[in-house]
Amino acid sequence: MNNDKLIIAGHEFNSRFILGSGKYSMKLIEAAVKDAGAEIITLAVRRANTREQESILDYIPEGITLLPNTSGARNAEEAVRIARLARELGCGNFIKIEIMRDSKYLLPDNQETIKATEILAKEGFVVMPYMYPDLNVARDLVNAGAASVMPLASPIGSNKGLATKEFIQILVDEIDLPIIVDAGIGRPSQACEAMEMGAAAIMANTALATAGDLPMMASAFKNAIEAGRKAYLAGLGRVLTRGASASDPLTGFLRD
Amino acid sequence: MENQFFVDSEYLTPEALAKKHRLETDPSFRRNHMEYLPKMEIIESDVCANVMAQMNSYDYSKYTAADVKAALEHDNCTIEDFKALLSPAAEPFLEQMAQRARLETGKHFGNTVYLFTPLYIANYCENYCVYCGFNCYNHIKRMKLSMEQIEKEMKVIADSGMEEILILTGESRGQSNVEYIGEACKLARKYFRMVGLEIYPVNTDEYRYLHECGADYVTVFQETYDTEKYEQLHLLGHKRVWPYRFDAQERALRGGMRGVAFSALLGLADFRKDALASALHVYYLQRKYPHAEMSLSCPRLRPIINNDKINPLDVHEKQLCQVLCAYRIFLPYVGITVSSRESAEFRNGIVKIAATKVSAGVSTGIGDHESKYSGKETDEIQGDEQFEIDDSRSLDKMYEDISEEGLQPVLNDYLYV
Repeated sequence: MNNDKLIIAGHEFNSRFILGSGKYSMKLIEAAVKDAGAEIITLAVRRANTREQESILDYIPEGITLLPNTSGARNAEEAVRIARLARELGCGNFIKIEIMRDSKYLLPDNQETIKATEILAKEGFVVMPYMYPDLNVARDLVNAGAASVMPLASPIGSNKGLATKEFIQILVDEIDLPIIVDAGIGRPSQACEAMEMGAAAIMANTALATAGDLPMMASAFKNAIEAGRKAYLAGLGRVLTRGASASDPLTGFLRD
Repeated sequence: MENQFFVDSEYLTPEALAKKHRLETDPSFRRNHMEYLPKMEIIESDVCANVMAQMNSYDYSKYTAADVKAALEHDNCTIEDFKALLSPAAEPFLEQMAQRARLETGKHFGNTVYLFTPLYIANYCENYCVYCGFNCYNHIKRMKLSMEQIEKEMKVIADSGMEEILILTGESRGQSNVEYIGEACKLARKYFRMVGLEIYPVNTDEYRYLHECGADYVTVFQETYDTEKYEQLHLLGHKRVWPYRFDAQERALRGGMRGVAFSALLGLADFRKDALASALHVYYLQRKYPHAEMSLSCPRLRPIINNDKINPLDVHEKQLCQVLCAYRIFLPYVGITVSSRESAEFRNGIVKIAATKVSAGVSTGIGDHESKYSGKETDEIQGDEQFEIDDSRSLDKMYEDISEEGLQPVLNDYLYV
């Protein structure tokens, strides 16, 4: 287990819980990071672009990798501009691409996401695209230079869990990059289930933001994600999905 | 009970007074309010017909407690559900509605509350809207800020920490033309992260120009969707043209604005019908322009200079809260703004339920930010207010109060791209 690292573009992480920061008080960020054991935290560039005395950046503990996102972008061109701004703001090389042309469900625009991934990967960004789970798009993202693929479980903020389960499983099975399940995970049990399926990591925000005790919920997610990962490594997926082996072989009647 | 809106100023000439009285008493003297004036752009759109068909057929008395309960049980709120939630039958369910609204707000906005402040740069107005402090027959101190004065105001506001500004003018193309407003937007981009506009409706190409100057959000209040009532309240001027105003948001989006805001002024007409129409205006436009950001306000009538009796009639705080909860349940993804027309207590309560944006450090007067923010006496001329505000908290105080409620005040969540 100790050697089980999440590797994104050569960067190693022990934690498989990526923490969102957009919907709760900055003062809770530090506690959440600690109790979640998180090593990556997302940050909306549009939120960081503030003159506020207490910048959100001040609350990110040392040693944490910032994953700025391009929320607010409506097409590839805008996402590219926001990513470059993130770099200028000192947010590092990681970038989570979020491109939405829909203000109601905030569903990602896969086509534009591929375009932005290609441009930003060439510019040396570690590109982590948020996408609707479509195998062909995931392959295009791999070819465009993505460092991971981040399919949505259900609409952002919906807390509806793994509505796209079958399609995420296909990505897990077919794509060699880490598959990080993002959006819609409302409960630790859902995070656990995604990890059992072979997801490389989980990203959550609203589920924590709307919890009564945010740090405690962060810790619950941490445990669930670790449990799901262990189950996956222990081979649960094989038992559940491919069936246990029968004690009497079905093919025992066959002669040499 | 109706509001008594007509007030005669002693400063009006006999001719002006005669015209005012004739406008007030003789409908045939007034221009057809459904007819566009020259230079007003007409766009092809079915949004208005959809909204009006729903509003005209809305009989809120037919909804029962059972309809309200069903609406609250549904995962997705349909138009029929929304109509039930706005009906009198929903009044006993206000607490349940608030619980549900709070859940929806949390899902979409978490604990965040956005802060902004309005900046009035001119209060000249060519219209006679009988309930408004800026109306052309009301005797108030008129003023239009120069670019130097605007910049001074902006500096004072920016120094307070504010990052989002809403620029407002009275509705006078003559006094405050589009270029003047555009120059103000360019200045605002220097001092603020986000620039919104609440000005007279303009054509698509003018919205495009203002967008290029730095504005990205346009607010136009329809005041009332009841066209006959509108006719009786807006007696003179460009604003009298109801359909041109209705299509303003759509023109703004076509002109490249990121977002648009809507509202009826509650207390002018049947508030349930106006609330229905406001939300459906958002609903149908969102279906047509899914990328656009939408927000709703919910202002109630307030007293004005020279008429302190104006009030929102049957729209008490409970009704206002019902409307806001219904908005939130029907349109969980839209921003909801509650202005300083409402009391501090109401605003503290409603941000925990449905509202996602509040103003702070508000003045609805012209050129008075320095004196209002610092308490400093000034010899400079200031223009009068559009209406009386209720909640006069400063940005610092508002920030502190919101934080104390366990919410997260946000000064900026926006990039101009």
